[in-house]
Amino acid sequence: VGGAMAADGGGSAGQPAPERVLFPPTFSVSEIKNKQRRHFMFLRWKQQQRKEKLAAKKKRRKEREALGDKAPPKAIPKTIENQRVYDETTVDPNDEEVAFDEATDEFAPYFNRETVPKILITTSDRPRGRTVRFCEQLATVIPNSHVYYRRGLALKRIIPQCIARDFTDLIVINEDRKIPNGLVLSHLPEGPTAHFRMSSVRLRKEIKRKGKEPTAHAPEVILNNFTTRLGHSVGRMFASLFPHDPHFLGRQVATFHNQRDYIFFRFHRYIFKSEKKVGIQELGPRFTLKLRSLQKGTFDSKFGEYEWIHKRREMDTSRRKFHL
Amino acid sequence: SPQIVWSMLGNRQFCSYKMTTKTQNFCRNEYNLTGLCNRSSCPLANSQYATIREEKGRCYLYMKTIERAAFPRRLWERVLLNKNYEKALEQIDENLIYWPRFIRHKCKQRFTKITQYLIRIRKLTLKRQRKLVPLRRKIERRERRREEKALIAAQLDNAIEKELLERLKQDTYGDIYNFPIHAFDKALQQQEAESESESDAEREEEDDEDVDKREFVEAEDSDLSDFEDMDKLDTSSEEEQEEEEEVEKKALHSKSKGKTPLKGPARRKRPYIEIEYEEETEPTTKTKAA
Repeated sequence: VGGAMAADGGGSAGQPAPERVLFPPTFSVSEIKNKQRRHFMFLRWKQQQRKEKLAAKKKRRKEREALGDKAPPKAIPKTIENQRVYDETTVDPNDEEVAFDEATDEFAPYFNRETVPKILITTSDRPRGRTVRFCEQLATVIPNSHVYYRRGLALKRIIPQCIARDFTDLIVINEDRKIPNGLVLSHLPEGPTAHFRMSSVRLRKEIKRKGKEPTAHAPEVILNNFTTRLGHSVGRMFASLFPHDPHFLGRQVATFHNQRDYIFFRFHRYIFKSEKKVGIQELGPRFTLKLRSLQKGTFDSKFGEYEWIHKRREMDTSRRKFHL
Repeated sequence: SPQIVWSMLGNRQFCSYKMTTKTQNFCRNEYNLTGLCNRSSCPLANSQYATIREEKGRCYLYMKTIERAAFPRRLWERVLLNKNYEKALEQIDENLIYWPRFIRHKCKQRFTKITQYLIRIRKLTLKRQRKLVPLRRKIERRERRREEKALIAAQLDNAIEKELLERLKQDTYGDIYNFPIHAFDKALQQQEAESESESDAEREEEDDEDVDKREFVEAEDSDLSDFEDMDKLDTSSEEEQEEEEEVEKKALHSKSKGKTPLKGPARRKRPYIEIEYEEETEPTTKTKAA
């Protein structure tokens, strides 16, 4: 060991490329006490590993080519979505129970076309500039929505007034240190209330390569990846914000994409260049939401009945388990 | 005696209740009437002294007299004041009768201040309280990282495009976009599945539809001007022409800036040329749209 070390002794980056290094069988790089040398030996070891890996890859590829048709199919790389812990509440599209539930839940009037969505957007007390602008942009994105400023009014008292004036949904954007960071979405006549944490809010002027302003056409809605029961109800909540018949002429689409419990909202204008190609251009604000709690009635933090709360200690233990 | 106490503590030597700042001296003693370190407001240096203090929303009058100076346990006598403001003031007056004017005055002032802030507390607790929730740094970091990774994994643009194309295939857009090749593919599949005679009939039907389509398009399209790309389109159209299908391409300049919605077929950004074929004519004859 001593001899080999002396050869590499002053060794740093100036050494030539590593040849086959012979180590005595019980030697490991981490046992060298000198930091510089240890680092150097480690780098050499790493390079060697990489070489071996490359060689193995090449060999495998050659074998595959040699076998030709008889080669075994390529292995699918593992992704978090692949490895996701199976959630027993995953919704099966043909499930009768789910269909029945949906026919009788709070959104049934919307999906049966009995009610027209009318949305009230408001903020927490004393909103700062960014939040105000975000509210305005959100109002342009969602048709038939109105922004009202909250001057110290209690939510519990606003809600009966809203119901009296025929609003179907209430959105409250919570603000902290001049940026919006929370969203409470409440379906009004006795509907569920969802509380989200909002992050990465980008206003229209901060989006690169954006298009013009969203027009007043009703956008289409895309809901991606809402698989579990919980996700399904949240998805329906989002769908009930928008009018039923989108104006296809407006060519606008609002997307709620769920990935690993994060819901990404985007607003685009699309154009079909051919029947196999479509171009999209991002207008409108973007933000991501993470569901914190789902409450059965309208907003009531003290006495409400919670359908689902995010409990960090229980639910964040596994990296492969998602709830939406 | 109080003189000595004051000359030692107040002026010269150390008093642990005294807080000095640039402009003033404060007294931290809880029995102090004004909060400042003065000869007249030091509870240690005055043998006859009175204060108002509040506990759990109720105000008490504390009094100290010379007679009890030797008994520290019984030094401060405490009187519960009435909840009614005026009655409490009368109580202070009757308890501090014959006391120095300064102490009486300051006691009443202090009592007023205390009652006012108690009122404000009660009013505020009725309104909504802002709840401060501490952020946990590790968790915030973790969430942010996971969000970034989720964003990368989501591949939003691809997903949206795929979904839109799916919808186009499912015919949710109806007649707005005519991509005849689409309809042609369907026809081709049908042709493979069924016999030829049937497919001929279908083809004729389709041609009828195409005829209608053609007329529809003609009425709409009054903006054609460019025929420069004719040659290019010639070659491509010759291939398709064998299949006896109409090829339509619209030539529209992108004049609308996006605010005015397009009524009718989807617009193109580059000028195209519309070419119409009649089915029974020979390959070489072509008719241009007006």
